[in-house]
Amino acid sequence: MLTLFYHRKHLQWGHERQNWTMEQWKKVAWSDESHFLLDHVDDWVCVCHLPAEEMAAGCTMGRRQAGRGSVMLWAMFCWETLGPGIYVDVTLTHTTYLKIAADHVHPFMCTVCKNSSCLGVSGSLIPADAESFRCFRESQEFVEKYEGALGKGKGRKLYAYKVMMMKKWMKFQRDFENFRTACIPWEMKIKEIESHFGSSVASYFIFLRWMYGMNMILFGLTFGLVMVPEALMGRPYGSMPRKTVPRSEQAGAMDFAVLWDFGGYAQYSVLFYGYYNNQRAIGWLKFRMPLSYFLVGVGTVAYSYMVVIRTMARNANRDGGGDDTSFNFSWKMFTSWDYLIGNPETADNKFASITTSFKESIVEEQESHKDENIHLTRFLRVLANFLVLCCLAGSGYLIYFVVRRSQKFALEGLENYGWWERNEVNMVMSLLGMFCPMLFDVISSLENYHPRIALQWQLGRIFALFLGNLYTFIIALMDEINLKRREEEVVKYNMTVWQASLYNGTVDDNSTTSTIPVDPADVPRGPCWETMVGQEFVRLIVSDTMTTYITLLIGDFLRAVFVRFFNYCWCWDLEYGFPSYSEFDVSGNVLGLIFNQGMIWMGAFYAPCLPALNVLRLHVSMYLQCWAVMCCNVPQERVFKASGSNNFYMAMLLVILFLSTLPAIYTIVSIPPSFDCGPFSGKKRMYDVIQETLENDFPLWFGKVFSYASNPGLVLPFILVMILAIYYLQSTSKTYKAANMDLKKKLQTQNEENKKKNKRAALKAEAELEEARNAVMDGERNYIHPNGQLLSRIPPPCGSADRPPAPRGSEMAGYLPGNPRQPGPRRQRSTNSHRY
Amino acid sequence: KSFYDCELTFLTKQEILLAHKRFTELVAKEDRNDPSPRVPMSKILTLPELKSNPFRKRICHVFSTSESKDGSLTFEDFLDLLSAFSDSATLEIKSHYAFRIFDFDDDGTLDRGDLEKLVNCLTGETDDTRLTPEEMKQLINNILEESDIDKDGTVNLSEFQHVISRSPDFVSSFKIVL
Repeated sequence: MLTLFYHRKHLQWGHERQNWTMEQWKKVAWSDESHFLLDHVDDWVCVCHLPAEEMAAGCTMGRRQAGRGSVMLWAMFCWETLGPGIYVDVTLTHTTYLKIAADHVHPFMCTVCKNSSCLGVSGSLIPADAESFRCFRESQEFVEKYEGALGKGKGRKLYAYKVMMMKKWMKFQRDFENFRTACIPWEMKIKEIESHFGSSVASYFIFLRWMYGMNMILFGLTFGLVMVPEALMGRPYGSMPRKTVPRSEQAGAMDFAVLWDFGGYAQYSVLFYGYYNNQRAIGWLKFRMPLSYFLVGVGTVAYSYMVVIRTMARNANRDGGGDDTSFNFSWKMFTSWDYLIGNPETADNKFASITTSFKESIVEEQESHKDENIHLTRFLRVLANFLVLCCLAGSGYLIYFVVRRSQKFALEGLENYGWWERNEVNMVMSLLGMFCPMLFDVISSLENYHPRIALQWQLGRIFALFLGNLYTFIIALMDEINLKRREEEVVKYNMTVWQASLYNGTVDDNSTTSTIPVDPADVPRGPCWETMVGQEFVRLIVSDTMTTYITLLIGDFLRAVFVRFFNYCWCWDLEYGFPSYSEFDVSGNVLGLIFNQGMIWMGAFYAPCLPALNVLRLHVSMYLQCWAVMCCNVPQERVFKASGSNNFYMAMLLVILFLSTLPAIYTIVSIPPSFDCGPFSGKKRMYDVIQETLENDFPLWFGKVFSYASNPGLVLPFILVMILAIYYLQSTSKTYKAANMDLKKKLQTQNEENKKKNKRAALKAEAELEEARNAVMDGERNYIHPNGQLLSRIPPPCGSADRPPAPRGSEMAGYLPGNPRQPGPRRQRSTNSHRY
Repeated sequence: KSFYDCELTFLTKQEILLAHKRFTELVAKEDRNDPSPRVPMSKILTLPELKSNPFRKRICHVFSTSESKDGSLTFEDFLDLLSAFSDSATLEIKSHYAFRIFDFDDDGTLDRGDLEKLVNCLTGETDDTRLTPEEMKQLINNILEESDIDKDGTVNLSEFQHVISRSPDFVSSFKIVL
């Protein structure tokens, strides 16, 4: 391309000078180089030709520069005199040529030509203009710098190598980024949904995908560090009482109904707490099972905290800092089309999404300008909140009532009652979770909020509902735990009696070993409240999932089918009136997701299978809901951006995380574990496993250090220091926010000032132009209007031709070669001379 | 200013060779022996990279150097096009060309008519995706309010560049790669 460039340049130069006179040519200095072979003859034959002759194209082999055992002479002459002859003892590269030009040509021209209108022409291809000799210095530096790139000179090989490595590295980076983006699952699905339904619906799916990722990690932890070691290295099924189905239950242990209820063989497996053995180290790896169980339980919570807080911080960074909202519409207009799109379908999607986003922004803009009738709206809002409170109170009482009833059933024995009575609590909770949000939705239409704020209110209310339900459930669970512990005391006592009966001798309280072999299935068992808790959570999650899917199928799919096919034979238009197609309920689905996650966190300690179950559930949900949204839902009528909602979801998730780990922590810390099941059986408290590990596995000094560290005298000051640090950080962040606001205000006022200044300058320039034009007009002709007035102004034509260029300091942006410039007069600036 | 204040092209050698290959595929058979063939706009628009682009006709017009303004491109025009849209082109070059592409009536500024045509291009060809006239008016008013600094009712090149320079995804979306 460089050659092409010079080719053009030469042609242009030649065209400009083809009509020169003799006088002009007398002022030209001519130069060339030639080389003389001293010690050998090479294959090249040099020929001379007369002025009128030309080199026959078929006979010449090209031109060649000097080198290799020869002498290079460079000389120049002009009309008046001979110029210097220079012996060039190095290879004539671009650099040396320019050096010669700068060192010798310029002084020669200065001595020969008194004025600056002389010209130098050389035998090689660089035309030299007397005016731009100073450019030679610049060119020299440039060529030296890029000598490698030009393919000549010493630095060529190294430079080429560097360039190649750089290119390979950039290509590798680009490929890696592409690969990483391709690895993100469901990206195309979500983009499709986004382009059809807007960003708020898509934000739910993005949230779902994020949860899926987090649950995968949790699953990895529990599966890899808890379930697999026990299954592979622990004692097998049937070898111990806790690992065997009791004799009384063995008849129905394989029934589907029992398995679905997570009893039978499902209960006595790695899925639940009760299966795990309390042996300190198992297998040839000496894997510390109880320690691992405890640490994984703590680790899942710690990891979840870390991930949620980190995502919140990242979202806050992205939204709060550096987000210039002053060019929303312009950016949408000028930068939203993706020029890389080559697929017509994708283009259609993109069109749809651009239209949606235009409409969203217009709606937002209008909302901010809307007037409201304050008092009526306030009254309606208060009324709506009152109704919602009534609903919440009602649902709370209902759950309390149902829980009391189930406790009554439990006391009387569950075998007497049917399926509904046994699962009453679960079903009532699920049904409440399904119907109350719809009720809240209807009530919120009274309030007439901006859709984003209405969404947040809705979320808040459903949150309160679920929270109430969950805590009532936990209270019920606590009652059951206490019941089971009382049962355990009874069983412990019966155990000693039973063992005595085996010996047929006196009861010896101190000895617990038995030498008579007994089948593990026959040993009397404690009620194992931990497994019971795990089972309850698993059942709740399963029933919740089933309810969600059935609601989806009936509420969305069957409804859509009904509306679509019965529309032909129905009295009114089903599609526009009632019931019409359903809209995707973002708030309800998000909250369902969050609360399910809360239950996972609560129950994961007692049922290690819960994260695995959740991963499966989320996977199926993703596909099912993506299909349902595209197939049965219509976009919302009022579209809006869910920009601020991301952190809202995260904040709720954080609150749920905190609230759901509280009961688990309480049970770990205050309730002694069951005596005959689980990895902590035999200890006084579950956290004693840490103490045990410190004593046995770590050196003595470590235990001492730890005991000092857990001394209350040390812990309390530490907590105090943390509180002070939090307070300090909070106040610093407040001052930073204030400083930020100040800077933003300053920028805005500066912008206003600039606008005013520009406007004044524009008016002034226009006035000057008018004056100039008037002066010209008055000078050239007197325009006498028919009624005698001198017309002093001709209104300026519209368009760009007369507008002065906006003063932006330096000149306008460069033009690429070969393209015509914009029409219109330009102010003569001194730097605007040399284009081409 | 010296010769080297702007690069000739932002393309690498590989890219230029590939462009030449794709270009010669588009050249009509009878023009194959022509030293600098000119491909009509209809053929250029069959390229998959340009086929779905709503601004394809404007792009051809902007980069075309034909006197008859028919949007036909020589190989050098084609290279100029690819160079301006390439990854390594600077923000100034891209914003300059973006301005010329959006300037539908070629008068050097973006006035209401240009902005309207721009919005219609972006919202697709079919009628049900177009904006209503009120929405259009509202949108254009908002845009002029944001970008028109000297309040003359049009957006000129410097105002356009001022807006674009703040945008985080202009450079990455204004890209065409063969």
